[in-house]
Parts: sequence; structure tokens; C-alpha cells
Amino acid sequence: MKSLGSIRRDFAPWNDPSAKPYIQFDKVTKRFGDFTAVNNLSLAIFEREFFALLGASGCGKSTLLRMLAGFEEPTAGRILLDGQDLRGIPPYKRPVNMMFQSYALFPHMTVEKNIAFGLKQEGMPAADTEKRVAEMLRLVKLEQFAKRKPHQLSGGQRQRVALARSVAKRPKVLLLDEPLGALDKKLREETQFELMDLQQELGLTFVVVTHDQEEAMTMADRIAIMDKGEVMQVATPAEIYEAPTSRFVAHFVGNVNMFEGKVAERAANRTRITGATGAQIVVENAAETANGADIIFAIRPEKIRVSSKKPVDAVNALEGEVYDVAYLGDMTVYHIRLDDGQMVRASALNAARVTEDPLTWNDRAWVSFRPDAGVVLTR
Amino acid sequence: MTNIAAAAAPSAEAAALPTRLAKGFVDRLVIIIPYLWLLFFFLVPFIIVFKISLSATAISMPPYTPVLDFTDGISGFFAGFRELNFDNYTWLTQDALYFNAYVTSLIIAAISTVLTLIVGYPIAYGMARAPATIRPTLLMLVILPFWTSFLIRVYAWIGILKPEGLLNQVLLSLHLISQPLVILNTYTAIFIGIVYSYLPFMVLPLYSSLEKMDYSLIEAAQDLGCPPIGAFWKITFPLSLPGVIAGCLLVFIPAVGEFVIPDLLGGSQTLMIGKTLWNEFFANRDWPVSSAVAVILLLVLTVPIMFFQQAQAKAQEQGK
Repeated sequence: MKSLGSIRRDFAPWNDPSAKPYIQFDKVTKRFGDFTAVNNLSLAIFEREFFALLGASGCGKSTLLRMLAGFEEPTAGRILLDGQDLRGIPPYKRPVNMMFQSYALFPHMTVEKNIAFGLKQEGMPAADTEKRVAEMLRLVKLEQFAKRKPHQLSGGQRQRVALARSVAKRPKVLLLDEPLGALDKKLREETQFELMDLQQELGLTFVVVTHDQEEAMTMADRIAIMDKGEVMQVATPAEIYEAPTSRFVAHFVGNVNMFEGKVAERAANRTRITGATGAQIVVENAAETANGADIIFAIRPEKIRVSSKKPVDAVNALEGEVYDVAYLGDMTVYHIRLDDGQMVRASALNAARVTEDPLTWNDRAWVSFRPDAGVVLTR
Repeated sequence: MTNIAAAAAPSAEAAALPTRLAKGFVDRLVIIIPYLWLLFFFLVPFIIVFKISLSATAISMPPYTPVLDFTDGISGFFAGFRELNFDNYTWLTQDALYFNAYVTSLIIAAISTVLTLIVGYPIAYGMARAPATIRPTLLMLVILPFWTSFLIRVYAWIGILKPEGLLNQVLLSLHLISQPLVILNTYTAIFIGIVYSYLPFMVLPLYSSLEKMDYSLIEAAQDLGCPPIGAFWKITFPLSLPGVIAGCLLVFIPAVGEFVIPDLLGGSQTLMIGKTLWNEFFANRDWPVSSAVAVILLLVLTVPIMFFQQAQAKAQEQGK
């Protein structure tokens, strides 16, 4: 099997059957009254992993994090950390630290005292505490702000204080609840890379909760996509994007075109699909489908080519009309209405400054794609 | 209509000026009203009291001299000024009664304030952590006693605290005590009265400062290894200090000059400055001395508070 374009370092304990999970959610359920926030969820996170919980608000991702921190106890199931059952252990005795979405900096303490707070709690000698605080301040580049109070700092600086405070104790696991949510876009992008560097440097396990897919894709080794208290898919960012296992995941991450149809004919590695209106497409990777089964072919916009003439060598080519064009600079997005009525979104990278095959509103156009450009989904 | 708009358009700057002046005037008016209030109902009466404190007692109506008026013309008015002196203040230093009364009042007020804080803090904390739906009800319950006359509520305590009163009957019937406790007409009764009467003034500012506190701060403290009790003393309490200070001032200041509670519950033996003042005024009919007592009381309370506020303003400038 070809690689799904993973760009990560050589780190994949989840593919190693002998690797022991570091954090384990074992059939965990959490109910608040009638509301089930987390439903019979099992999940394994490995040591030194940068793990992201991604989902819309209310999907249970924050509850999962809060259960790990000890602020909530599971209604049923177990949470294991390094083999130890965490049930009944209060937050102040757990070897995990959390960076709060609101940062929760102590407003009456200086930056220095905020960072030293956790160290003092564990009774670290004053000299060592001072050294560690200085080290943390250097790490987040806030040396000259040590004596400031939180309200005298900018949003980005506060975020870094919160980060320094949460890693100062060298926790086994760092939990980050929407760590970049309150920052503006530019700062967020910078900080994403800083967080990744920090995780590498300290060698900690990071579990980050976010609703921002770009953030999760950039930072995480693996992402768990959550919906309604359940995990829909756990995989590397590339797998999530290129090989979603469900319609939900395909829709949730990035843009996608869905062709609905029935399996018409199966060959060795190619499957022909008949769409609802009779359009025929040929796809690969449909191994587990039977003849006549209802399936969905999901394909990302950038994998669809748009041309004014029918491409000669294309296996799949469908004709339609340009409905909308959006020029975004680095790429152009086309909305094509196929002759059977389906809308297709296609994006073309503007690799050259001049387009040889310009298309505009109401032009006749062909969309084409390779049989292996998308995935076949059954749910 | 059109020509008005056309005329206004080029001179928008000029048109804005009167509006701005009017706005400035309205803004100032808003500030002037409380200032006028303070001027007429605080400063002017204070000046009158201060003037009386510099006068001498006289068997007349009003019972002091000189009376500054214009019956003898302007020269007579100014001649009256020459008669004013600080004899009454000197008198206050000569009789130990006044000094003792001031000190006792301050001590009683201080102890009562601490007791009120101890009783009020858990109440305010409980209210602030209660579900948001029942908080208005709890708040209402705190304010509810104000609907009954203060005097009647203090009287009610006599019925509770007296030797054959409610408290003693209950304790006797439960065989917890064999002799009735003597509470009424002691300092204990004064403490009970003050704590009871001033509790809402402590609870309300405490509640407002505790309620707006972000609970994630407590979670953060616990997350960093701090047990709940430690988190209270290191986070919750320091952050509620503005409420603690406001509540303590609201209790301490009126408690120092309190007259009704020591008079009704403390009996004749207790010595508090409010009672002393009342005695001078009504029993001895010595307006000048009682005015001097009042002026000193005001100084005793105002000067420390001014210093305190100055210190707080400075601390705030340096960054909370």
C-alpha cells in the first residue's frame, strides 16, 4: 500500500502491537442527568504522542479531558494512566496538568508566582523552584515579564504563561483545552509550531482538545474525530483526510464531494458505480462492497480536474456547466453543475500565472478524476 | 426638510459644538447632583455640629452660646466667632469616660466585625456556589429582614436572650444547662445583636465578589496539586478581599457609633460612645460636648479609612 503522504517523524506506536498504551479509556460513559456526554468510549493514547480530540462543541471532547484531569468521574468504565486506574484519585493527586481554555491564571499573582504555584504545592525547595521558573520563563520567552501580573500581559503572553505554568511540574501528560482558541489567526499559526517544538523538547504526552481542524491537522500525531460522545475515527491527519471511514468524518474535515450510487460491477481492483441518474464512475479501493450495495464515493475537490474539453485519457469524466468560480490567489475553486444536477466542487492550484484553459460562468466544462482519487464509504 | 439638511451638512463641526457643550453639561449635572446632596445633607450639618462643638453650654433655647445670627447686625455675627473655642475638646481629654468609651466602642466594633465576617463568609460562599436558579431566592432571603423595623428585630432579641427567654427555655428543657445563661445585658448580647443586624451588609459585598470569581481558577489550583482547603486560602480568599474589606467597613463603621443595640441588649453597664453621646445630648442636655464627641468619632473613623483608600488606590495603580 502506498503511503498516505505522512510527513511526521518516524513515530507510530499505534501500529506496533507490542506497544503499551499510556492513557487508556476503557468503555467510558459519562452522563449529566439525562444527557450522555461520552458514550461507551474506548481510546488508547501512547507515550510522547501529540493527540488531538477534534469535534464540534458538545461532542464530549472537553468532558473526556476533564475526566482525565479528575474534575469529572466517569459514570461507567475505567481510565488508566500508565497502567494505574485513575478512579477516585482527586485532581490534585493526578500526575497530569491542564492548560485551561480561559488560561485560569491567578490574577493576584505575578507571572513568576503563577508558574511557581504548582512547584510549591509539591514542596520543591525554593532554590530549585526559582531555577525551574527561570527555565520555564526562558522556554516561553517571557523573562522580562516575570514580575508582571496577568492583566498587564497581552493575550498571547497570557497563553504562554498558562503553558509555562502547566508544564512547570513536568507532568506525565499535558492536557490542553482549546489552547489557541483565544488567539488571533496569525499568532495561532505561530503558536502551533511552538507547541509542537515544546512537546518534542520536553518529551511529554500532549492531549489537546480543539474544534479547529487545521489546528489538529498541523499539530497532532493522531486525531480522534468525535461526534455525540463517540469516537468516529482515530487516525493520523493524512489518513483522516485521505481515507475517512465515514461520511461524517469526510464531511467534518475539509471539503468533499459525495457521489451516491450502487455497485454495478466488481472487477479485480476496480469497481463500477452507477449513480442515481445513471452516470457511471469507476473507482478503486472498494474492496468490501457487494454488487448492488448502496455506497458513497467521496472525493476531495483538489483531486478533481476541470477542463473545457473532454480529457482523452480520463477513466472518469462527467460533463456539466460552470456554476460559480472563486479565484483565491493560490488556487481557484470551481462549482460545476453536472448535467444530472449534482454540484461538484473542484479546486485547481494556480501553479502558473496564466491559465491556458480559462473557464468562466456558464461555460461547458468537464470534471475528471482518477479511480483511486477518492474513497468508497458505506456509512 | 432638504434645505435644513443641506445647511447643516457643511457646518457639521459647528453644529456638533453646542451638542457637545450640552452633553458636557448633562455629564456634569449627573456628578453635581450627588455633590449637592452631600453639600446640603452632610457638609452643612457637619459645619453646624462643628460650630456647636466650639460653643459653650447655656440654659437657653437653643442650649448653647453664642448663637450666630444677625440680630445684632453683621458685627454681632462676627463678634460671636470670637467666643468660639476648643474647651469642649479639652474636656473630652480630661474625663477618662470618653476615652474609655471610644476605645471600648472600637474594640466591640472590631470584634463584632470579625464575628460577622466569620458568620457571613460561609453564607456568601454557599450562595455564590449555589445553582444559578436559586441564587435570586437566597439573595432575597438575605435582604428580607430589612422589611421589618430594625428596632423591632433588636427588641425581639431581648425576648430570646433574657434569663426566662426562648433560648434559655430551650436549653433548659433539653437539659443542656441547669441554670439560665445570663446573656442579656452583657457584651455577648451586643455581639449577637451587631452580628445579627449587620450580617446582610457583610454578606452582600462578599457574595458579589465571590460570585464573579472564575471557578476554573480553583480547578487550576487543584490541577497544580493544591487540595481544596489550600485552594481556598491561596486563591478564593485573596480574590474575595475587596468584598471582605467592603463588608468589614460596612459593618465596622456603623457598629462603632451603634446606640440602639448596646442600649437595648447591653444594659446600663456597657460603655459605648453612641450611648455616651445620647446621654450627653438627652440626659445632660449638653449639646456642645455631645457635638464634640460626634466630631471626634467622625475623625476617628474617617482618617483611617482615608489612609486605607489611598493605599488601595496606590496598589491598584501598581497593578492590582
